[in-house]
Amino acid sequence: MLGEGILKGLTETARNFFGSYVDDERLTTVQYPEERLEQIEATRDFPFLVYDGEDWEKGMRCVSCQICEKECPPKCISIEKSKDKKPDATGKAQFYPAKFDIDISVCMSCQICVEVCPFDAIKMDVVYELSTEDRFGGLLLNKEQLSKSNEYYNKIHPTEAGAVDAALAAEREKARQAAAAKAAEAKPAATAVVGAAAVERDGTK
Amino acid sequence: MNGSVRMAGTADQIFVLVKQWLMGYVPGALQPLASAVLSVVPVLLVFPLLFAITTVLERKGLGRIQNRYGPNRAGFFGILQPMADGIKSLTKEDIIPRSADHLVHLLAPLLLVVASFLVYAVLPIGRNMVIANLNAGVLFFFAIGSMVELAVFMAGWSSRSKYSLLGAMRAIAQMISYEMPLVLSAVVVIMAAGSLSTVTIVTMQATYTGIWPHWYVFTPWGLMGFVLFMIAATAESNRSPFDLPEGESEIIAGYYIEYSGFKFALFFLGEYLGMFATSAMAITLFLGGWAAPFSFLTWIPSYIWFFVKLLALIMAFIWVRGTLPRLRMDQLMNFAWKFMLPMSLVNILCAGVWHFMAAGFVRWVVVAVLVAGTCYLLSQRLKRGKRVAVRTYRFAS
Repeated sequence: MLGEGILKGLTETARNFFGSYVDDERLTTVQYPEERLEQIEATRDFPFLVYDGEDWEKGMRCVSCQICEKECPPKCISIEKSKDKKPDATGKAQFYPAKFDIDISVCMSCQICVEVCPFDAIKMDVVYELSTEDRFGGLLLNKEQLSKSNEYYNKIHPTEAGAVDAALAAEREKARQAAAAKAAEAKPAATAVVGAAAVERDGTK
Repeated sequence: MNGSVRMAGTADQIFVLVKQWLMGYVPGALQPLASAVLSVVPVLLVFPLLFAITTVLERKGLGRIQNRYGPNRAGFFGILQPMADGIKSLTKEDIIPRSADHLVHLLAPLLLVVASFLVYAVLPIGRNMVIANLNAGVLFFFAIGSMVELAVFMAGWSSRSKYSLLGAMRAIAQMISYEMPLVLSAVVVIMAAGSLSTVTIVTMQATYTGIWPHWYVFTPWGLMGFVLFMIAATAESNRSPFDLPEGESEIIAGYYIEYSGFKFALFFLGEYLGMFATSAMAITLFLGGWAAPFSFLTWIPSYIWFFVKLLALIMAFIWVRGTLPRLRMDQLMNFAWKFMLPMSLVNILCAGVWHFMAAGFVRWVVVAVLVAGTCYLLSQRLKRGKRVAVRTYRFAS
């Protein structure tokens, strides 16, 4: 009969209409500013820089190798290498970024910078309410805005951060043992141990 | 008892009495003008207000049909949404394409709104509440109603955009095709009432046998006429499932793609006003206008019944919009010419048979069989020649 399918459809929509008032399960909409969905652990949007310890400037893991800057497909990272060196997490003297800018209006969240970083210094963040009235300056994040502590990283990506921390601890332990062995070898010159050893190792590597 | 009846009478005629009272203060020379203003201004206020309410009801209703909330931010449960929309459309930039015909581009939305408003002149909103009781009211309605087509084509042509023109061409083809069943399905009522005056048509339906009213929809030809009229009205007002002229997903809003800001809002307003007007006409012709559905409910004022019926039809429109997907152009045309037109012609014949047979049960059976049989045969014909098969995609496989 003509119109049979139409009647079927009309009953279906009527059921939805009244059902949505009776059964809250039907309404899948999340009322965003009031309620939020929990993010999955692999959530990522824009990169940030990890630092160890309390001071973001002192503990920054980035050694300004500029690999991420070169690899970034949309070229949203801009790094200026420092002239001097400062000791890094393992106590080794390293360069550090004098300037580290990421334009998140250009960033496409591909995570390539994270994958190429040999120092686990750049990781993906999960913040998403980044709207700003200044479309140029407001979305260009500098070194200070990008720096976030290792504790924060552990909070947002616990599994991943745990693995990174374990690897880093192993590496530091190895470095410490190597330093100790070297110190034992060069016992006569033991007076200027740590600093000299560090400089020497840095030169050989 | 007597007092309550008089009270009901006063409540029913309150607007008429207020107008008479106000007219008492107007000098004789200004009487015609003042009378016109006092009749027209309420219509110009009430129906745009109804439009505002309908937009939010529609969005909420569609939302619920799709298991969403719909607008619920502006005001209490989102009831201030139309105000927010109005302010938005007023503050938006009005863009006119450089190569457009500026004058026609400007006139099109105005003509649409004016034409949509004009038809309200003959719609009886309540007892003694009609702006102009023309003795060719129904004819006036359809004549002015077809001005909408002109406005649509003006919009499509003057924009100088291929989408606009495509939308306008579709709209013209669709509206002209459905204009005929629309008018022909109304003819049965004119035959039965023997008058073209909307007021007479409603008065004839406002009588009762026992508690039951004499609405034309309660006859076989009336029911078929009503269904045909509503389908044609949906197509006339470019609403889903006949919204090909707009076709957001294919020709991006069709004939009003080049409109923005308040002109776009005017198109929207005109379209909804047209929908209300055709719904009101369907009520007037088939659903007894302002008449109460049962004789014991006549104490409720007539205008309330009119607006209750109007809201019910608007709800039906929203319900259908939330249910049916858009038709294809050939389906639309096939339906108009192969089903609607012959069906409305046969319906006129049935109304004639009804008129000449003696009142009684036999007349009912004969006409009902005639209407239902034709409907069945035509629908079978419509289905014939349609290959229903699993579609294979040659290049995909």
